[in-house]
Amino acid sequence: MNLNYTERQQAFRAEIRQWLVDNLPAEPLQSFDTEQGFAQHRAWEARLHQGRWGMVTWPEALGGRGCDLIEWLIFEEEYYRAGAPLRVNQNGIFLLGPTLMEYGSDEQKRRFLPRMATGEDIWCQGWSEPNAGSDMAAVRARAELQGDHYVINGQKTWSTRAVWADWCFGMFRTDPASQRHHGLTFILVPLRSEGITVRPIPQLDGLPGFAEIFFDNVKVPVDCRLGGEGEGWSVAMATAGFERGLMLRSPARFQETARRLVGLYLDNRASADRDPALRDTVLRAYLDAEAYALTTYQTACRLIKGGRIGAEASTNKIFWSELDRQMHATAMTILGARAELLPHAPDAAGVGNWLDGWLFAQSGPIYAGTNEIQRNIIAERMLGMPRK
Amino acid sequence: MDFTFSDDQLLFQQSVRDFLTREVTPDTLRRGWESDSGRSDALWAQLAELGLTGMTVPEACGGLGMSALDFVLLAQEAGYAALAEPLVHLALVAVPALLDCGDQALQARWLPEIASGQAKVVVGLEQNLLVEDAHVADLLLLERGGVVYAVEAGAASLRANASVDPGRRLFAVDFAPAAATALLEGDAAAAWARAALDRGALGVAAQCLGLAQRMIDLSVQYTGERKQFGVAIGTFQAVKHHLANVAYRLEYAKAPVYRAAYALSEGLATRHLNVSHAKLVAAEVADLAAKNSMQVHGAMGYTWEVDLHIFMKRAWAFNNAWGDAAFHKGRVAAFALAPGAPLGAGNTFIAP
Repeated sequence: MNLNYTERQQAFRAEIRQWLVDNLPAEPLQSFDTEQGFAQHRAWEARLHQGRWGMVTWPEALGGRGCDLIEWLIFEEEYYRAGAPLRVNQNGIFLLGPTLMEYGSDEQKRRFLPRMATGEDIWCQGWSEPNAGSDMAAVRARAELQGDHYVINGQKTWSTRAVWADWCFGMFRTDPASQRHHGLTFILVPLRSEGITVRPIPQLDGLPGFAEIFFDNVKVPVDCRLGGEGEGWSVAMATAGFERGLMLRSPARFQETARRLVGLYLDNRASADRDPALRDTVLRAYLDAEAYALTTYQTACRLIKGGRIGAEASTNKIFWSELDRQMHATAMTILGARAELLPHAPDAAGVGNWLDGWLFAQSGPIYAGTNEIQRNIIAERMLGMPRK
Repeated sequence: MDFTFSDDQLLFQQSVRDFLTREVTPDTLRRGWESDSGRSDALWAQLAELGLTGMTVPEACGGLGMSALDFVLLAQEAGYAALAEPLVHLALVAVPALLDCGDQALQARWLPEIASGQAKVVVGLEQNLLVEDAHVADLLLLERGGVVYAVEAGAASLRANASVDPGRRLFAVDFAPAAATALLEGDAAAAWARAALDRGALGVAAQCLGLAQRMIDLSVQYTGERKQFGVAIGTFQAVKHHLANVAYRLEYAKAPVYRAAYALSEGLATRHLNVSHAKLVAAEVADLAAKNSMQVHGAMGYTWEVDLHIFMKRAWAFNNAWGDAAFHKGRVAAFALAPGAPLGAGNTFIAP
C-alpha cells in the first residue's frame, strides 16, 4: 500500500488543472435539458476532445490518453473541482463506449467511437419500456431481421436526453418466441430514422430531460447490431455494470457537494445550530463522500492489478445515490424557509443551486436499477441468500 | 498510488483466519466465560508461536517489526472470531506505547518476553473508563493526572467490572503514583496518550469490520435454514434487505479503516481525522449488523444459546470503547469545520 501519487500522476493533475483554467467557459452553460444548453454542451464536448480530455481512459488513437483508472479519478477530481460542465454524452462515453470496445467489431469501433468522442454523436439509452422497468427482461419492443436490416416496432421510455440526441442504444426482442432474457439483441439506432417519434417528458424541474421513443417500422442496418443476435442481455449487463460501477458517478462529484454543504452550514451556522443534530449530518456527508472516494480508489487499484467488479457494483449505486439525496436534504434543512424558492426569486438570497440538486437527487435511488433491485443483487449474489 | 494489501499481508490474514476458525469457536469462547480469568494460556502460547504477540515488537527484540498496517487485517480477523485474548490491544496499542515511551531499559526488560508470549502489557488512558485485561497484564502503562506511569502487576490493585460481553474483562486500577515509575509528563504524556487512543480506536474499528461480517454470515446461514410459510425466510425481500443494508455499509467502512491504519503507520498529519472516521463508521456498521441480525434471527437471537449474542455484545461494547462517537465526531468537526479546511475533490490523499 502506498497512498502517494506518483510524479507522473501529479504532473497529470497539474496539466488538466491548467487546461481547465485556460479553457473553461466564462459563463456557466445553460441546462443541457434545453435546446440551446444542449448545443452549448455539445460544443464543450468538442473542446474537451480538442484538448484530448474527452475520455482520458480511451486509447490515444481514439483521441484519448490511454489513462489508467487512477488517472481517470484524478481527471474527474479536477473536473468537478473546477465546476466544469456536466457531460452531455455520458451515456455514450461512459456506458456505450466501454461496451463497444468490448463487444464491437473493428468496423463498429471506427465508425462510432471517434464521433462519440467529439460530441458529433450524442447517445441516449433505450432500456426501459412501459412494462419493462425494474423487470428489464420483460422487454417487448421487437426487432425483426429482414435481409440486411432489422425492422423495429415498439416503445422505449425514460430515455435520458433522447429529445436532442442523435443515436439510441438499446435492447430489442429479436426472437418473438423467446422468454425473459433470451432472444434479446443489442441494437444501435439512429434517432433521425424514419418511423421514430420522440415524445419529450418534462422532469420534476419542468425541462424535457427524458423522453419516450416510439418505433414504427424503423429500418436499421444489421451492422448496427452490437454483439450477436440473441446476446443482448449479456451485452446490456456489461453496460449496466459500467453504469453502476465506477464510471457513471465518480466520487469527485459527491466530494464537491459535501464541500459546498459544509460551506453552506458554516455560512448559516447561527440558524443551523438551533438544531444541534445538523452539524453531525453535515460532518457525516463529508465523511461518506470521503469513504466513497477511498473505496473507489481501492476498487480502481484492484482493477488495475487484474481484479474484476462483481456484485459490489450494486453497493456502490446504493451508497452514492443515498448519500446524494441525504446531502441535498440537509442543504434544504439548512436553507429553511428559503429552500422552496427558485434561484431567481427576488428573496432567494444564498440558495445557490441546491434546489436543482435536490430535485435531481430524487432520481438517484431509482435510475440505473432501483436501490431495491440493487439490494436484491447484494443479498443474492454477494451474500448468497436464496432466490426462492 | 496503490491502495491494496500485499500478497504477504493477505496470506498472513488467511493463515490467521484459518487458525482462529479452528481454535476459537463459539464453544471455546463459551468455555472461556466460565473460567476465572476468561483467558487461555495455551491459546496465548499458540498465538505467540504464530509470531502474533511479537508482530509489532522490533526485530532486535525478538519480534517481527511490523506496522499497524500489517496488523489491521489480523485485527479484523480477531473481530470475526470474537477473540477474547488481548492480542489486538497488545500488538496495536501496548507494544507501540512501550516503544513510544522512550524508556530503553523498560523496553529491553519487556519486549523480548512480549514477543515470546511470556509477558503481557496493557495500556490504561484517562479517557478509558476502565482498563482492559489488567488481570493478565505483567506491566501496565497508565496515564494518571497527565503523567504516564509504568506499573508492574504486583503494584496495582484491581477492581473487576462485569461487562454485558462475558468475553471482556475490565478493571478499575489503583496504584500509588510515584516519581520512580513516571515515564512521561506534560506534552509528551499527552502526545503518548493521543497516539495510544488512536491505535486503540483503530484496533476496535478493524475488529468491528470482522464482527459485522460474522453477524452477516450467521444471519445468512440462519435465514437460509429457518423456514416459515413453507420456505426459507431468507427468500423474503424484507429479510434480504436487512442484510443487504449491512453489507453495503460494511463495503464502505473498510477503506476508511485501512486508510487509518496506513496513516498511523506512516505518521501522517491526518491520522487523528482518519482514525476517527474509521472508528465512527466501523462501530456504526457493527451496531447496525447487530440490530438487523437480531431482527432476522427473531426470538432465537434473543437467547443465550444462539451464538449471535457473542458478536452482538462485543459490537455494543466496542461502540463506546477507545473514544465514543461524540469524541470522534468532535475530532472530525475540528478538522472539517476549520476555516480553509482542505475539503472537496482531489484532497483525499493530500495531507494539509
